[in-house]
Formats: sequence, C-alpha cells, structure tokens
Amino acid sequence: MEQTRKRVPENSGSIVTRWFLIASALLFLALFLVTPLLVVFVEALDKGWDAYWTAIREPDALSAIYLSLTAAVIAVPINTVFGIAAAWSLTKFEFRGRNVLITLLDLPFAVSPVISGLIFVLMFGAQGWLGPWLADHDIHIIFAVPGIILTTMFVTVPFVARELIPHMQAQGREEEEAALVLGANGMQTFFRVTLPNIKWSLMYGVILCTARAMGEFGAVAVVSGHIRGETNTIPLHVEILYNEYNFVGAFAVASLLTLLALATLAIKKIVEWKISE
Amino acid sequence: MSIEIRNVSKKFGTFEALNDVSLSVGDAELVALLGPSGSGKTTLLRIIAGLDSPDTGSILLNGEDATNRGAGERGVGFVFQHYALFRHMTVMENVAFGLRVQPRNIRKSKSDIRDRVMTLLKLVQLDWVANRYPSQLSGGQRQRIALARALAVEPKVLLLDEPFGALDARVRRELRTWLRRLHDEISVSCVFVTHDQEEALEVSDRVAIMDAGRIEQVGTPQNVYDTPANPFVYSFLGNVNLFHGRVKEGRTTIGNIEVDAPELRDASDSPVVGYSRPHEMEISRERTANDALSAEIVQIQAVGPNVKLRLRRTDSRDILEAELTREKHRELELKIGELIYVRPRLVRVFIADPSEAPLNYQI
Repeated sequence: MEQTRKRVPENSGSIVTRWFLIASALLFLALFLVTPLLVVFVEALDKGWDAYWTAIREPDALSAIYLSLTAAVIAVPINTVFGIAAAWSLTKFEFRGRNVLITLLDLPFAVSPVISGLIFVLMFGAQGWLGPWLADHDIHIIFAVPGIILTTMFVTVPFVARELIPHMQAQGREEEEAALVLGANGMQTFFRVTLPNIKWSLMYGVILCTARAMGEFGAVAVVSGHIRGETNTIPLHVEILYNEYNFVGAFAVASLLTLLALATLAIKKIVEWKISE
Repeated sequence: MSIEIRNVSKKFGTFEALNDVSLSVGDAELVALLGPSGSGKTTLLRIIAGLDSPDTGSILLNGEDATNRGAGERGVGFVFQHYALFRHMTVMENVAFGLRVQPRNIRKSKSDIRDRVMTLLKLVQLDWVANRYPSQLSGGQRQRIALARALAVEPKVLLLDEPFGALDARVRRELRTWLRRLHDEISVSCVFVTHDQEEALEVSDRVAIMDAGRIEQVGTPQNVYDTPANPFVYSFLGNVNLFHGRVKEGRTTIGNIEVDAPELRDASDSPVVGYSRPHEMEISRERTANDALSAEIVQIQAVGPNVKLRLRRTDSRDILEAELTREKHRELELKIGELIYVRPRLVRVFIADPSEAPLNYQI
C-alpha cells in the first residue's frame, strides 16, 4: 500500500500552500471555463425542451445552420488539399523563399478578422476593385453566399498546413526516397507512404479547420450583410437573436456550436493519443 | 551490372560537394567509398541512385547512359543509413513494397510476392519477425530488413549509405562479414559508403578514398594501405607518426635520419613531411644506429595482440606512437618514464604542402 501512494517532494511547501494553490486553480477553471459552458445549456433549456427544439427548427435558424454547413463543406476540403500541398512542398523541398512562404501562411491568423472581411469588401464590394465589373455581369459576392464562403476559406487557410508542417519536417524525406528507389511512382508514394504517415495530424488539422469554419464571426460579419434566412451563419444568427432579447433562441443555437466545440476537443484527444501511439 | 561515373560535379549553393569525380565499378564488385564527413561520398552514392542529379557529368549503368533516368528506373537497391523503413507497415509489407508497386502487367501474384518475401526474410535470418512493425525491432534487425526490402526487386546494383553507422561495435562487425558473404552469394555490384577505414579495408574488393569532393585514390585495400598516394590517404588509413624535414637532390633529411626518396629527385631543397606507421617503429634500449631518436615513454597500453607505446621525443617534445609485439615488449622490460631509442624502419616522404599545414595527423 505504501508504494502505491504518490510521493510528494519534500520541498513542495506546507499542506496549506498546496491546497490553496490547487483550490484556486480549480476555482478559476470552474469560474471561467465550466460555468460559461453550463450557462449556455441552462439558458437554452430555460423554457424546456420544446422551446429549445422550436428555436432550432425555426426557418431562419435552419437556414443559418445550412449556410454554415455549406461554407464548411466547401472551405474545408479545398483548404485540406491546399494544406497538404503546401506542407508537402514546404517540408520536402528546399527552395528560395521557403521561409517567407511559411510566414505568409500564418497571415490569416495574424490579421484581425475584421480586416480579413474588409479585404474582400474592398475587392468585390460595390465600391471595390472588381465591383463595377461584377455589377455589370450581375455577379453577387459581397452580402451574398460566395463572399461568406471566400472569407471562411481565407480565415481557415493555415489550419491544415500548420498541423502538418512540423510533423512532416520531423519525418524527413527518407521514406519517400526509399519508395521512389523501389519503383513507386509519385501517386503510389503519396498514397502509400506519405499519407498514412500524416493521417492523424491531417485529421486533427481538418477538425480544427471545420470548427473554425463553422464558428467564424468577425470576418464573415463584415461581408454577410445580415440578411435573415439568406446570409446569416450560425454565429451571426446567435448575435441577432441575442440582440432581440430572444435568449432561449440565441442560446439554443449557440448550444449547437458549443457541442461542436466539445466534439472537436474529444476527437482532438483521441487523435493525440493515436499520434503518440 | 557495371557502374561508370564520368566527370561528375555537384554543388549545393556555394558548397562544392563533388568536383569532377570519375570512378568505375565492375560487375559483381564490392567497392567502398571511404572518407571523412563532408567529403561527398553520400552525395556520390545518391547520384548513382538517381536521388540527386549531377550538375555536370554522367552515370552509365551497364554501359548505358542513365543520367536522366529516374531513381525507380535504374534497377538499383538503396539502403539508407537510418534504414528508412515504412513505419506504418509490418516487416512483411515493407519487404513486399517494391513488388506491390510494380505495374500490373509485370506484377507478381499475391502468393508469389508472399513466397519471395519469405525467401528474402530467411536470407536475412529474420523470417520470424514478418508480422512485427519496424519500431519493435533492434537496429541490426532493421538494417537487415532494409537490405531485404532493397533486394526484393532484384536490383543489379546495391548501394548502401553508412549501412552499419548507427549500430554498436559488435553488431557492426557481425553484419560486416555477413554483408561480404551475402555479396558473394548473390553476386551483385555493391557500392557502400563508410567513414570507418577498418570497415572499408576489411569488406571491400576496392576502396575509393574521398576528400573534399574528390577521389584521392582508388585501389585494393592492400594497395591503398601500402602505397598511399598522398599524405591525406596515408593519415586517413590508420595512425601515423609525422616528421618534418627537407629534401635535396633525392636525399631527404629528417633530423638525423636520412631517407632515399627517388620520386622526389627533381625537388630542390624544399620542406617535406615523412610518415611512418606505429608498427614501423623500432624500439631499442641502446643507441644501435646513429639515426635513432631518443624518446621518453609516456604511456604503455598492453591490451590486445600488440603493445602500444606513446613516446615523447627528447629533441622536439613531439609525441610518437609505436607498436611492438608482446614478446619484444617482455624482452625489453619497458617502463613508463624510461628513456629509449626509436628509429622508423620505413618512412614515406611527401613534399610538404604549405596549404595543408598545420597537419592534424599528429597523434
């Protein structure tokens, strides 16, 4: 029995200090992480399951969910392909300007989401560079679905590549070279050697990318125009409901994003465990 | 299959990795590329494999120009220093890889592939690990699996990059003799890279000694050891003692030692360096010849078949190394701190290259 008990180092202070530190850490965690999370669900279910259910099945809410899913379904695969290609070229080849590219990849992380949205307004908006031309051809990008998808793509560009680059850098080129010498062509090398080696970090990157694509607020808010039932994504819809004092509705829809976040964390944990295996 | 390397040069940025290198490897010959790190030996091996391309020059395989052929089309097997086994595949899948990626029209059937893999695993004496993953194997086992994987596609040429570099001394020695035996059994041309002179001299038919992107000398192990072409080769192939002196009309004077150097007949009064291996040093208690140097015994290492002495010359305070048989050692009853006489039985003399001084061959 004696051995199974955890040893505490001699110099770790008195029992009082120890408990004080542990308690304050737990209190902080409860106050700032667990409580808000609970509040979302408590508020959402304040008027019971029926109200919750109605709020979610309301046509504008459904349209917001549908639009967020559409943006994710388009942005995530494109960014996944781009991320793999970028990580591949940045880690398996040496070329001039490589470090500049790696830095540039982080640009969407570095700029404020409002700026990200503004970039697209300045390019495609009525007063923007391409505005008159687009208007002549009756193409709507800003305050329409294409703008939301473009902005979502821009904001989520780095996720997949960022996850893959350190992993692929650590693995080096030798396995691919071994495959090439053994007669495998480029496709065989990629699908049989490279992809299996990165599959868990790739999955992690895709999860993070999806979560962000669904949850992006600032950049999308700039280009969306907040047209109910047409250009509102889930986060924008939540904001509108909240501003209208429809708390049950706001929190019910918000609970969907919260569930997505929880699922992301769970999958992330599983993936990390798989990688370390 | 023969390999012919013709005037190959390669630069990485401003670093000259290979400078006009030519070398030919005969059918079923085992050649070692020996040199210090950064001498270009691995680059040369990768160029033969098609993993790097030369800036100028060409590679001929079996007399045909293969310079522009891809790595997979050259019929070479490559064994990487760190094995490069596919970590997500079992040993079986690793060895089968080369057979499974062949175009459908020449690919073997599943059962044929299985049989071939098992034959290879038996050849490397590891058929009992077929279903394990690389991470579950020891370094020596991984290296043998890497070899089996390379052999699966029946390469005409086998290229090995520091194949035993990452292994401990005992496993290394075992695998070394085993590689030689395997080479003789399957008779395939082999080129292997090493920085270990003992390994190169023991295993290979011929050794190519490289330094700073050039091949300094090519020859049989005995040939390069006995008649090194230059000071670099001399010092790289074993411990040496170094003497400074002068040459004049074919006579070399090193301290009070006089050596004939007919190959330096035309040199007119220039500085030279003389080299002598430890086992070429003669030790005596009496001054038997007037060209013997007096020295103090600094250290005696009596482990192994020979006794190694470290000596300090009384005149220049330079350290010399000498080797003598156990019998001789017993007969002389040498002790640390004693003064003895030492005389190089054999000295090889080279004109001192001012750019190479100071020489780091001193022991």
